[in-house]
Amino acid sequence: MNTARLTLLDPTNESRPAHRELLTRPESVSGLTVGLLDIVKARGDVFLDRIEELLVAEGAKVLRYRKPTFTKPAPADLRHEIATQCNVVIEALAD
Amino acid sequence: MSTTPRLPDGLVAIVKRECATCVMVAPVLADIAKDITSALPLTVYTQDDPSFPETVSAIHDEDLSVSWHHDIETVPTLIRVVDGKEVSRTVGWSKDTWREITGIATLGEDLPVMRPGCGSLSVDPNLVDSLRARFSGSLLTARHVDMASAEDEFESMFARGWTDGLPVIPPTPERVLRMLTGTTRQPHDVVAIAPPDLVPLTVEKIAINAVMAGCTPEHLPWVIAALEAVCNDEFNIHGVLATTMPVGPVIICNGPGTHAIGMNSGINVFGQGNRANMTIGRAVQLVIRNVGGGRPGEVDRATHGNPGKLSFCFAEDEAGSPFGTLSEARGITPGTDAVTVFAGEGPRCVVDQLARTPEELCNSFAACLRPVPHPKSVMTFDAVLVVSPDHSRIFAEAGWGRDRILRELHDRLLISGEDLVRGAHGMAEGVPEKLRDRTLPKFRPEGILLVHAGGGAGLFSSIIGGWANGTMGSTPVTRTVGT
Repeated sequence: MNTARLTLLDPTNESRPAHRELLTRPESVSGLTVGLLDIVKARGDVFLDRIEELLVAEGAKVLRYRKPTFTKPAPADLRHEIATQCNVVIEALAD
Repeated sequence: MSTTPRLPDGLVAIVKRECATCVMVAPVLADIAKDITSALPLTVYTQDDPSFPETVSAIHDEDLSVSWHHDIETVPTLIRVVDGKEVSRTVGWSKDTWREITGIATLGEDLPVMRPGCGSLSVDPNLVDSLRARFSGSLLTARHVDMASAEDEFESMFARGWTDGLPVIPPTPERVLRMLTGTTRQPHDVVAIAPPDLVPLTVEKIAINAVMAGCTPEHLPWVIAALEAVCNDEFNIHGVLATTMPVGPVIICNGPGTHAIGMNSGINVFGQGNRANMTIGRAVQLVIRNVGGGRPGEVDRATHGNPGKLSFCFAEDEAGSPFGTLSEARGITPGTDAVTVFAGEGPRCVVDQLARTPEELCNSFAACLRPVPHPKSVMTFDAVLVVSPDHSRIFAEAGWGRDRILRELHDRLLISGEDLVRGAHGMAEGVPEKLRDRTLPKFRPEGILLVHAGGGAGLFSSIIGGWANGTMGSTPVTRTVGT
């Protein structure tokens, strides 16, 4: 029989992250608004410029965004702006 | 907090048989109880033997609830209570005071003038932690995790992901409550919002992790101050944690409290062997891991990391410094306990055993600072230069203080753009070609932090390279240590 003999206090934040399902991938980007978020790492813009070319060729409307610095999370306003303006977002983590 | 038992009106005495002074005053208690001139009823609580004292009837304070809640530290204690409130108290035997409190002028005629009492059972070191847990345990709100009898708690803590890879001390309620005696702050006080999960960080959660790290209660205010210093937008612990670069919070401690808690500022200052140095830094990292939710492979994306991410915390050797202290240089009143946090790599050694002039020494320092973290990077990384006593003596003898040393270093670290541009010296890394004709400083003006520490022998100093500086990365932060 197991009897409790020692009690420990939980050192964690005791939170359970909300589980969110990913949206289904769109069949096509044609006619969708795609946000490209540059986290401002070196040459991320080079990568995103090419992505923009490819997306426009496939009929997407592209909006570009930049984080103030790659070392900090994107500000809430920027996240809100992207969420309300775009159907799809691509974030560039590049060096 | 459990309910404080109300003391009955009149006179209250707390005694134990094991105490010779209590045995001595037992007849006096009988005299008080029998005294028909006194309107004050006597209630006696006995801590150990319910049959003691035989001279009067007594209530057995078996669970020490009365003694604990009324802060009895010595027996005998005599208290006068009016309308449920304590109005006077004496500890041990003092003939004059006992007579004054009881109002009986002839009390204890045969006894000596005074005799000290003994320690109350409620402050017995073997009992005090469990009493605190029993009577103050409800102050704690963290989830209780019960270990089963066949469960090894050390293995269980590894399995739950609570450790940094080394064993931790089990955070029992008794240990956590003892840790909390190290601060005047309440367990539910929120110290900061802990990244990366942005969780309100309470004193209780810090205390739990401080126990696990091996801290003593005296270390807790330093851990709290260091967490206040890292959990803000300026220091940006989120970025320091998330970066692929090998940096972590380096904690540099100043003030007389560093001696009081036994910190090391001398031999092997960055190394193993000193409890305060090792555990304060470790507690900060455990909090970021466990409360903030920042774990390697998750938000911590470091390519290599560095061993200092377990703990990198040390004290400055203030007394031996010819150039003042880091905390004073950062605006803290001398003599005040403070921590400065720096997003730093592991330290590397600067060897110069031949320099005898400050100019020669600065030449070596500048040459060794140049590669942080690449010889062609400029202005984007700070550094801490930890000067040893043997090296600092050269500055002391020449009369160079902090401003002079820093000016000389910065002057030696002005670099021609042609040596810095991309491709120069066969290295692709570098600044844009448009800066070829400029002269650029290696460090921003506040980018070198001078610290004095290390053992008394060795013509070596040490450089701790930084991370992306300023608003785009991390700025060193200094905070005073509270109570």
